[in-house]
Amino acid sequence: MATITKATLAPAAVAAAPVLRLAGIHQVYGEGEAAVHALRGIDLDVAAGDYVAIMGPSGSGKSTLMNLLGCLDIASSGTYELAGHDVRSLTENELARVRNQEIGFVFQSFNLVPRMTALANVELPLIYGGAKRAERRDRALEALDMVGLANRADHQPQQLSGGQQQRVAIARALVTSPTLVLADEPTGNLDSESTEEILSILDSLASAGRTIVIITHEENVADRAHRVLTISDGLLTGDRTGKAVKGRVK
Amino acid sequence: MSFFEILRSAMRGVTANKLRSVLTLLGVMIGVGSVILLLAVGNGSAQTVQNAITTLGTNTLTVRSNTGGGGGGGGTTATAASTSSVKTITTKVSDQLADAGLGHVKAVVPQVSTSLTISSTTTSSDSVSVIGTTAGYFDVSTAKVASGSAFTAADVTTSAKVAVIGSTLATTLYPTGSALGKSVSVDGTPFTVVGILATQSAAGFTDPNTVLVAPITRIQKSYTGYGAVSTLTVEAKSSEAVTAAQGEVTVMLNQLLGVTDTSDEPFTVTNQSSLLATAAASATSFTVLLGAVAAISLLVGGIGVTNVMLVTVTERTREIGIRKALGATRGAILGQFLAEAATLTLLGGVLGVIAALIGARFEINGTQPVVLGYSIPLALGVSVAIGVFFGVYPAGRAAAMRPIQALRAI
Repeated sequence: MATITKATLAPAAVAAAPVLRLAGIHQVYGEGEAAVHALRGIDLDVAAGDYVAIMGPSGSGKSTLMNLLGCLDIASSGTYELAGHDVRSLTENELARVRNQEIGFVFQSFNLVPRMTALANVELPLIYGGAKRAERRDRALEALDMVGLANRADHQPQQLSGGQQQRVAIARALVTSPTLVLADEPTGNLDSESTEEILSILDSLASAGRTIVIITHEENVADRAHRVLTISDGLLTGDRTGKAVKGRVK
Repeated sequence: MSFFEILRSAMRGVTANKLRSVLTLLGVMIGVGSVILLLAVGNGSAQTVQNAITTLGTNTLTVRSNTGGGGGGGGTTATAASTSSVKTITTKVSDQLADAGLGHVKAVVPQVSTSLTISSTTTSSDSVSVIGTTAGYFDVSTAKVASGSAFTAADVTTSAKVAVIGSTLATTLYPTGSALGKSVSVDGTPFTVVGILATQSAAGFTDPNTVLVAPITRIQKSYTGYGAVSTLTVEAKSSEAVTAAQGEVTVMLNQLLGVTDTSDEPFTVTNQSSLLATAAASATSFTVLLGAVAAISLLVGGIGVTNVMLVTVTERTREIGIRKALGATRGAILGQFLAEAATLTLLGGVLGVIAALIGARFEINGTQPVVLGYSIPLALGVSVAIGVFFGVYPAGRAAAMRPIQALRAI
């Protein structure tokens, strides 16, 4: 196994300042004999506008990494900088604010709030961000329009198909114009047609310059990314350029 | 998040599970409603008692014998009187008191009372309260003659068989037509009805409208004997003179009865203001008792709110996780669930107030409830406070959840 240094991992980060910078990240659950080392020293830079896929089998630590990247959890040791914030030094409320302003989540199981319309779901991050009512509505409708669901704004999640729900979730992730879109197995619960829909939306976001980190175990999903990282046993073991980019280069 | 936003999301939470919300709301509604209504009943009965006492007049004193004969017994009183005549208030003592020329006393009215069967030619009435007194009775008591006339001082002197009867007794004995001028039989002795009393509201356990008032001389001669009178009603010259009159009466009675040890007087003098104070005190404790019972039901309703909010928080753990991932702070989550609990209890409170106001329009157990003005905002405020108080624990649990754990919940 080749030693992977920060330099080899971050070829794209030379020009722009990195949006994400992880250095020596360890995550340990439990103590003593029962301690589980989920992450064992992750160094990673992600440049602005990059489209990164993180691949790995289950138990490899990719969900743990996702939680850290999303500021849902704090690493045991190491430093994590997101858009210049040192995440480990933030208070609980500051973390909530970072999640609100800097990160847009897309989950495998959509995670829309039930009994709330698509529009209300998309408005949620703006409510916590303190936006005015009229502005919220405009921006939420705009985001729904971007994923092609403006005509379903007043539908509740249970009235939408899985693919549509995930598109609403993407609209919700985008509505605050976050620094980073973080997608955790976004196509894991979808059929191939819906998967294609979602992936093409992510493609167009990437070409529009959004920074995207997607966690997946499906090759065809990872192939769409510009950069593919492999994680196993809590360590990054591979870093290659995505097939889509290679194809374009050829 | 603006206040309006919080309220909107609270309403969404309340309407999400309608049946559960309605049942919880019902608990608070019953609590708030019973607090207001029972306080109103307590207040209503206190007012009834106070009104009754005020109409008695605040310038009268009541003298009662402490010896056993005062209760209006039959012939036994006569023998008791002969053995301890010195210490008993008789009509003779009453006359002496009236003639003593006391500066603050206007009139002295003796009363004897007993309970007898009274019948007309067609019907009869058992255990009717019979009062023997003088003509002055109608001036000092609440009993006023509505039709016919009172008996006169001459009737008292001649022991005339005339009577003034209560309105209920009149209609019982003579259901059709007026009882005025008719004859009634009191334990077999015929009396002529000369007057009928105006209807009075009930202040105690006895019905003041089922009563027969006759000259004291006749009642003593035929029924009670010449022993102790049950009470003396002393009218002071003005309401300011009541205290002075009380002193004069006490001194004079001690003198007339030959009492030397004033710590062991054979009689008790009470005035209406002390009666009023006693009644007010008992009414207050009655109201407090009712209020306490109602407050317990409100407390039970509040515990219901906690229970439902705990279930809601558990049920919506995932939603809490989502909201936290989207940037909700601890305070925002706390506010959301507190607002939900407060909305639930406020709705219950408003419905409870409406129910109580409707309930207060009806007479309850003979008492017309009088809603206390302050009890409505109080009960509403308390219901919201209960929502917040009993919502704090569940809401705090929701707010303290870590986002990743909350998101993992099914």
